[in-house]
Amino acid sequence: MTFRRYLVLFGVSVFAATGDSLLSRGMKQIGGVSIHHLQSIILMVLNPTVALGIVFLLAFFACYMTSLSWADLTYVLPATSVSYILLTLLAKFYLHETISVSRWCGVLLISAGVGFVTQGPALTHKPRHAESTECLAGTVSPRTQS
Amino acid sequence: MTSLYAWGAVACIVATSTAGDVLLSRGMKQVGDFGEVRRRSGVLTLIQRVLQNSNFLFGVLAMAIAFYSLLFGLSWGDVSLVVPASTSLTFVTNAIAARFFLHERVDQRRWVAALLVAGGVILLAF
Repeated sequence: MTFRRYLVLFGVSVFAATGDSLLSRGMKQIGGVSIHHLQSIILMVLNPTVALGIVFLLAFFACYMTSLSWADLTYVLPATSVSYILLTLLAKFYLHETISVSRWCGVLLISAGVGFVTQGPALTHKPRHAESTECLAGTVSPRTQS
Repeated sequence: MTSLYAWGAVACIVATSTAGDVLLSRGMKQVGDFGEVRRRSGVLTLIQRVLQNSNFLFGVLAMAIAFYSLLFGLSWGDVSLVVPASTSLTFVTNAIAARFFLHERVDQRRWVAALLVAGGVILLAF
């Protein structure tokens, strides 16, 4: 695993947590939205906080797809659950929510899970398609070194 | 009855989001390492390969169904039940699906990590 790849995994966590927090704040600014008023559902993306939240969630999806191109799903999901920890911290310090003891215990469990999975290899199964393209290109994938 | 609907929505969220994650993971492995593809063929080719990948398209469709199932689930049940139940169960079902459909080596370490995160997500709801 290179530093750049850790940065992509960190990007998945940061963009997801920030995007969700911005959406939460934006939707509270808008107030109640009814499914019977489609116009209000379309117009809510014009709220700057909601729009910024959507931009962050698009960045999350790009980082998520990038990480899945070189790491196992069972590695990426627990490794990027740092976002739940960040989300709890953002809820406390940005949204000023009260965090209970059990939520802090949840954060500790997630941290332990992240610590467990990041000690192991990122990729355990090399896809056939990737192997064939590498052979054609005559290059050695950095994935084999991770 | 409302509780039954809420658990039905949870089952639908878990099934579709697991399918979405597995399809997306398979699709991205077929596209290849993004960094390598970008260096070799450029960003436009990379975007084209992603958008033309059927696993990616079906994965996004499954994720969209999961999102709408979540919206319905939230209208039938409490957020403190629907969100942690679906998220934590998805961690477990993803580990099982990745073992059988993606042929990943899900060892003891990854099982412990998935279960710790799933347990942590449940605690976050209280």
